[in-house]
Amino acid sequence: MRNAYLEALYDLAADNKQILALVADNGAIVYDKFRRDFPSQFINFGISEANMVSVAAGMASCGKIPFVYTISCFITYRAFEQVRNDVCLQKMNVKLVGIGVGFVYSNLGPTHHATEDMAVMRSLPNITIFSPADRMESRKITMAAAEIDGPVYIRLATGGSPDVYEEDYKFTPGRGVVLQDGSELTIITTGSITHEVKRAVREMSDLGISVRLVNMHTLKPIDKDIILESAEKTKAILTVEEHTILGGLGGAVAEVLAEARPSSVRFKRMGLDNHFPVGYGSYQDIKQMNGLSMEAIVEQAKELMRNK
Amino acid sequence: MEDIKTLEQKALDLRRVIFKTICNGGGGHIPASFSIVEILTVLYYRIMNISADNMNDIDRDRFILSKGHAGVALYAVLADKGFFHKHHLDTFGKKGTILGGHPDMYKVPGVEASTGALGHGFPFGVGMSLAGKMDGRSYRVFVVIGDGECQEGSVWEAALFAPKHNLDNLTVIVDYNKLQAMDRLDEIIPLEPFADKWRAFGWEVREVDGHNIGELLKVFNLLPFKRGRPSLIIAHTIKGKGISFMEGIPIWHYRMPNPDEMQQACKELGLKVVDGVIQ
Repeated sequence: MRNAYLEALYDLAADNKQILALVADNGAIVYDKFRRDFPSQFINFGISEANMVSVAAGMASCGKIPFVYTISCFITYRAFEQVRNDVCLQKMNVKLVGIGVGFVYSNLGPTHHATEDMAVMRSLPNITIFSPADRMESRKITMAAAEIDGPVYIRLATGGSPDVYEEDYKFTPGRGVVLQDGSELTIITTGSITHEVKRAVREMSDLGISVRLVNMHTLKPIDKDIILESAEKTKAILTVEEHTILGGLGGAVAEVLAEARPSSVRFKRMGLDNHFPVGYGSYQDIKQMNGLSMEAIVEQAKELMRNK
Repeated sequence: MEDIKTLEQKALDLRRVIFKTICNGGGGHIPASFSIVEILTVLYYRIMNISADNMNDIDRDRFILSKGHAGVALYAVLADKGFFHKHHLDTFGKKGTILGGHPDMYKVPGVEASTGALGHGFPFGVGMSLAGKMDGRSYRVFVVIGDGECQEGSVWEAALFAPKHNLDNLTVIVDYNKLQAMDRLDEIIPLEPFADKWRAFGWEVREVDGHNIGELLKVFNLLPFKRGRPSLIIAHTIKGKGISFMEGIPIWHYRMPNPDEMQQACKELGLKVVDGVIQ
């Protein structure tokens, strides 16, 4: 996912000299090609994210298009006021790119896990939020971000995410994607956990359960139509996110459902239930320890169906 | 000498406008606005290449008031220079106005950045300077920061960053009035040795009397102090300069004068009060 982002950024920078790559001493090796070929479009700010975001906003006010990249936590939490006041309030054409969202940095612990990033960023006006599920979507999202004249936040996992999409995938900003249609239950998910959810859906299909799977690659603005259409069609919605259940994908879907009040829809949010991620180990290990394994998703889905 | 007298008169006129605007608006930071009046006067009337006619030119000089709570001082200058009509000053702080307690770049013509939260305008200005350097532009960037603002960590992140990028198109002026909201600055978190700190970070530093028009003219005309280095001016100022009973008293940071105090202040500034309204 990260490499797909970097390749897209490279192509953008080759075409437009105003496109800049800003980093906070994060991205050794992976930025080497960019640095070598476009040294005047690359700035390493050192470990000073607040300054990086404000400087990026100032540069944007003079026509630059900075892609500000570092570990997601350090953009969305540490530099939050800079994001709010300097980027969003002033509608600056700054792209904020957070790497390592969810708990893909599985052995680094909760200081490096971005499990509230969607919640905090969703609260800000004037920003578009993208959450790609795989490499191809990362590329398409990066290209789409450059087309938007205003603040964008892209939340990326690291390298090595398995593919979710086929070659012929057409991406439309703001429109959720039905990865598989079904009639008994809808699962809405986003980001790198999508692959795990896909596995769970396959398992359920084997058990004879008809599941509709929706990937919500754009968190803001949220695709209300696909949520309400899914509610109408399947009468049960489960959201799955590698994130707190407060204010992220599940929160966004809940807001849409609560205001539209479709009749008799069962609804459940899966994710971190008011706790920080626990444990160390492989990405698979930590998903399992935090209740987001394929088996746990199948179990929650079945539970929701039982109460239908 | 003639010119200095003209600018001194301009500074006095601006103080009158600022005081009247804040009092009629029902609240504001009078002393913090008064401490930067001469700095703004010299910058806007003699130094910077910025006017209502070229405010959208890419090569205009940029000014950022990082200590946004002194916004009324900036409004007074911008109105006088014709960036917007003076009648807006009468609406300050009232429903429907474009002029709030902190400047908004989308509402107020001539305001380059929306400031208010401290420690933001300075790195924002650094970004403008860096963009100008990258594009080979001739414009310069001037940022006024507060001394209390220098307690923000983001100020020192930007202070580390600017010299690395040789931003000699950037000038930061610290309004060193030595007071903050609750007390004297040196009793809260002292900054001294202040000039040495900036020098150690790679800035070219000069100190001036921030109310002395002649000194300010002289120092601004020397910019950049050194090729390849950002310039830092420590302007020694008096918070509340121009109203004797406010000068150097922390409690006035956001306090409004009562009717007697208003009479006294108006007398000192040469303003008339009729039926409680400043003329």
